[in-house]
Amino acid sequence: MAPRPTGGSVRIALLTDVHANLEALLACLEHADRAGASRCVFLGDLVGYGADPAAVLDIVAGLVARGGAAVMGNHDQATLQGPSPRMNADARAVIGWTRSRLSPDALAFLAGLPLSLEESGRLYVHANAWAPEQWDYITSPFDAGRSMRATLCRTTFCGHMHRPALYHMGPDGRTAAFTPTPNAGIPLGPPRRWLAIPGSVGQSRDGNPAACYALLDDATDVLAFHRVPYDVDASVTKIRKAGLPLSFNARFEAVP
Amino acid sequence: MSPAKALGREPGAVLDGFVLEERVHRGSMAEIWRVRRPEASAPLVMKIPSFGDGDDPAALVGFEVEQMILPTLSGVHVPRFLAAGDWSVQPYLVMEHIPGPSLRARLDETPLPPAEVARIGTRIADALHDLHRQHVIHLDVKPSNVMFRDAGTAVLIDFGLSRHDRLPDLLAEQFRLPIGTGPYISPEQIAQIRNDPRSDIFSLGVVLYHLATGERPFGNPTGVRGLRRRLYRDPIPPRARNRDCPPWLQEAILRCLEVAPADRYETAAHLGFELQHPGQVPLTTRASRVCRDGPLTTLKRRLRRIGVEPDLRRSATEQLSRAPMIAVALDLAQGSEALAEALFLTTRRLLQTEQGARLACLTVLKTSRIGMDSSVDAEGRSIRMRRLVELRHWAHPLGLGVGRVTHHVLEAPDPGAAILEFAEANQVDHVVIGSRGSSTLRRYLGSVSSQVVAQATCSVTVVKARPAEPASTAQPVEPSPPLAP
Repeated sequence: MAPRPTGGSVRIALLTDVHANLEALLACLEHADRAGASRCVFLGDLVGYGADPAAVLDIVAGLVARGGAAVMGNHDQATLQGPSPRMNADARAVIGWTRSRLSPDALAFLAGLPLSLEESGRLYVHANAWAPEQWDYITSPFDAGRSMRATLCRTTFCGHMHRPALYHMGPDGRTAAFTPTPNAGIPLGPPRRWLAIPGSVGQSRDGNPAACYALLDDATDVLAFHRVPYDVDASVTKIRKAGLPLSFNARFEAVP
Repeated sequence: MSPAKALGREPGAVLDGFVLEERVHRGSMAEIWRVRRPEASAPLVMKIPSFGDGDDPAALVGFEVEQMILPTLSGVHVPRFLAAGDWSVQPYLVMEHIPGPSLRARLDETPLPPAEVARIGTRIADALHDLHRQHVIHLDVKPSNVMFRDAGTAVLIDFGLSRHDRLPDLLAEQFRLPIGTGPYISPEQIAQIRNDPRSDIFSLGVVLYHLATGERPFGNPTGVRGLRRRLYRDPIPPRARNRDCPPWLQEAILRCLEVAPADRYETAAHLGFELQHPGQVPLTTRASRVCRDGPLTTLKRRLRRIGVEPDLRRSATEQLSRAPMIAVALDLAQGSEALAEALFLTTRRLLQTEQGARLACLTVLKTSRIGMDSSVDAEGRSIRMRRLVELRHWAHPLGLGVGRVTHHVLEAPDPGAAILEFAEANQVDHVVIGSRGSSTLRRYLGSVSSQVVAQATCSVTVVKARPAEPASTAQPVEPSPPLAP
């Protein structure tokens, strides 16, 4: 992507659905650092599924303290409040285990996360803009349009869906989906409105085990989706050793 | 845009530091102004979308598309992007000014001589291939969108209908009607398919037909029904309109105009290649056609079109990767048989992986830098013929069909430079070249293969033959490098 003539710009790493996967998070942070990112925004579900909730929260809290930002996801909320009846059995089992691993400070950090955050015309929210606390998924241009109409922000970044996706809406309200190609910069320019889902850091679900995250240049609004390889075996081994449900491991192992 | 603001645009006005000098074009979609920056001398143009009275949604989305795509493009075949305006104040695009009339000005002189048609066609094909390599399909190739630099290089302008493989296609979502320009639009674009770079080859075919005959192959239809006629009705063969159009040019033009993209050239590079080597264009029944097909054939074609499904996974990137231009350089005079065989095996391996690949077999006849060209005398001719026969003999076991392989005897004092020049002029993606080991002398003088590796802009595979005898019995002046087994 050719740079546009602008002054100094900040690159923001957008990370979501880390799900206590330390190896995946470290791999993404290293990639983002090499790519010149100076700020991290986490779009929720820092914990759940993975075996390193304490270490992940420690890193995230540190990044937030240094100018980053984070919003709350449904797994984060469940860790604080107890699992919701809508969660599947395996997810519920992990919630209790995760809570037992967290220090009062870590729990306080989770409890302090907002459901959504607006800054510079951008909305950060875990699931959607129309009812962040209901955790409904965005699975189609229709849902994406509903979310974009529910905010005044021109650009929305969310997680929850574990696949990378990009939706856009023209001035006439027509909404369409686009499947991003890794590493290719996409200008999220006006007059269009955009909703981007970077895909999951800790638990990708599209057949490619590599971690997902996205980088936004805040001066040019150019967004690039990235795939980052990490030591999946190490994460899976830790999950096994912790005695956490294996159904999640199957997700890692189903891929070639 | 409010009328007051629109009226405010007049010569001398300043917009974000750009001085508006003269309005050079006022269309339904946009205004084009010649502008300059006070501190710079380079001529620039500013494109300002007009969403005034007509309120054509295409104008707005087309402008968005161009603003998205132009900054991603580079190279000599596109105008250089400079700046974009703030949408909340005044959207605009500033780019390099390409002076001079477009190709449209040449339409008055048509029919042009065949060599001139081929020259123009090669230049546009080069530009299209460069664009396709950058993941972009133009989708509105027509004479008014083709400009030329002083050196003759073609420059494509107006990316308002284009599609980038890796960016959202805003137009596909927006319109339920074919998007393109009536005389030039490809059959698949009429069916709303916008992901095939061979659509640009079809439109270029329309341009070449017009240049070669003075007529448009499908007229200037309006309405979807008129546009759809080209899906089953073949054009009058160019030679029926202009007897001076040679069979090879008719072959090339009609191949561009095939209804099914798979029947056209695989890439613009393949088309450009044939236009540069008329003698190597394989002539099919297309070349000998004297009139249009009869009603029965036309009807059959009409019926066959029913239920044709588009290939959703296609893209410029995908198509180009399937149809590379491969050049293999053979030294038939001094090369060993073992090396020729190693080159053969490597070439065959490459061709097996890419079914759409084209192979150009090259050999260089070394001529002296001064003195008479060896090819003019009888002896030179016979050497050239012998090399050609040897090239054909070498390539024959590859079993490549007509149109997939060509043979070239280049004559030059510097073989490396000749190979590099051929690769550059013919958009070669991959050069395969042999290397005859590493004697001290060769290291001292430099080999042809190392020159090609160092200077080529495409990939180069250097092939070596394993020594027949054990390395210890060979008598190199210095110890062999560890490369030898």
